[in-house]
Amino acid sequence: MSNFTNFTKGFIKENPVFVLLLGMCPTLGTTTSAINGMGMGLATAFVLIMSNMVISAVKNLIPDKVRIPAFIVIIASFVTIVDLLMAGYLPALHEQLGLFIPLIVVNCIVLGRAESFASKNGVLASIIDGLGMGLGFTFALVLLGGTREILGSGAIFGYKFIGDNDGMLIFILAPGAFIALGYIIAIINNFKKA
Amino acid sequence: MAKKLESTFTNMVIVLTVVSLIAAYALASVFNVTKEPIEQAALQKKLKAIADVAPAFENDPNADMFKVAAIDPSPGLDSLEVYPAKKGGEIVGYAVKSYTMKGFSGLIEVMIGFEKDGTIKNYSVLKHAETPGLGTKMGTWFNNEAKPNQCINGKNPKTANITVSKDGGDIDAITAATISSRAFLDAINRGYKSLEEGGKYE
Repeated sequence: MSNFTNFTKGFIKENPVFVLLLGMCPTLGTTTSAINGMGMGLATAFVLIMSNMVISAVKNLIPDKVRIPAFIVIIASFVTIVDLLMAGYLPALHEQLGLFIPLIVVNCIVLGRAESFASKNGVLASIIDGLGMGLGFTFALVLLGGTREILGSGAIFGYKFIGDNDGMLIFILAPGAFIALGYIIAIINNFKKA
Repeated sequence: MAKKLESTFTNMVIVLTVVSLIAAYALASVFNVTKEPIEQAALQKKLKAIADVAPAFENDPNADMFKVAAIDPSPGLDSLEVYPAKKGGEIVGYAVKSYTMKGFSGLIEVMIGFEKDGTIKNYSVLKHAETPGLGTKMGTWFNNEAKPNQCINGKNPKTANITVSKDGGDIDAITAATISSRAFLDAINRGYKSLEEGGKYE
C-alpha cells in the first residue's frame, strides 16, 4: 500500500465513523455543533498519531500476551497529557471539550488502530495511518456536527442563518444524533456502491 | 525485523513495569509544567467573573472571601463562597458563588453579583452541563436587559418573585428549557437567601 492510499483510506473507504463504525460514543455525544465535533476530532487525531507512533516503535519490545494493557497505558498517558496541556494553555477550548477529552481513552478507534495497524507496521506508515484516520474521524465529526447544528439550531460554526427557536430541537438532542448518523451512513453506502 | 519478545512471565512483568514507570514519569513532568498555568487560568476566570457581576470595587475580593451557610444545601455543598466588593473600605456589594443540583444534567454553578441592598447586579454561569442550544442559553437569557420579562438584572428577590412564570413567578423561562430555567433561578435564590440569612443586606 502506498503512503498516499494509506493516508486517504481514512476519509471514505475506511472512515472510522461511517464505515468501520468505531468510536460511536464520543461521535454521538460531542457532535451537537460543528465546532465541538472539530475540537473532539482534532484532539483524537493528535492522540491517534502519537500513540500509533510510539506503539509501532516499541512493538517488538512488548510481549503479545500483555500488548493490550501496555497499549492502554500508552494511550491513556497521551490523553492525560492533552488534557493537562489544554487546561493550562487553551482554557477556553478546554471548557468546551473538557468533559469529552478523557473519553478519548476509551475511543475504540485509537486502540483499534494500535492493534490492527501500528503493531504490524513501521513507524512512518503508522504515523501516516494515524494522520489519515484522525483527520477522517475529524471530517466525520464535523460533517455530523454541522448537519445537526444546521437542522437543530439553524447555524453553522456558530453563525446563525435563521431566527431563534426555529430549529428542529430533536437534532440537538441524543435521538437526533442517531437519526442524522443513520442517514449519513445510508448516503455514503449508496455513494460507495455507485 | 527484530524478533518479538517472548510472552514469558518475567518478560511480561518487566515490560509492564517499565511501560508504567515511563508513563508515570511523563505524566508527572507534564503535570508539574502545567500546574501553574492551570491554577492561573482558574483564578483568572474567577476574578473575571467577580469583576463582571459585582459592583465596581477597589479591594481584592478574592483575599476578602468568606463563607456563609447555604440554604437548603445539597450533600457536601453546605456553604457558599462570598466575595465582598469594597470601595474606600465600605462594602458596596457582593459576588456569591451559588449552585443548584436541579439542572437538566445536574450541577450548575453561577457567580451572582448583588448590590448591598440585595438587588441583582449581574450573573455569570461558571459550570454547567446543560443541553447545547437549549439550557446553554441561560448565559445570555436572564441578563438581556432589552427583555424585562426574562431579565433578572436590577430585580430584588425581596420584592420580585424570582421563579419562572409557569410556577407563578415574574421571570419568563427559556423557550423549551423550563427545567434548566427553574434550576438556574434555584441557584439565584439560594445565593440571595444564604446571604440574607447571613445578615449581609442593608
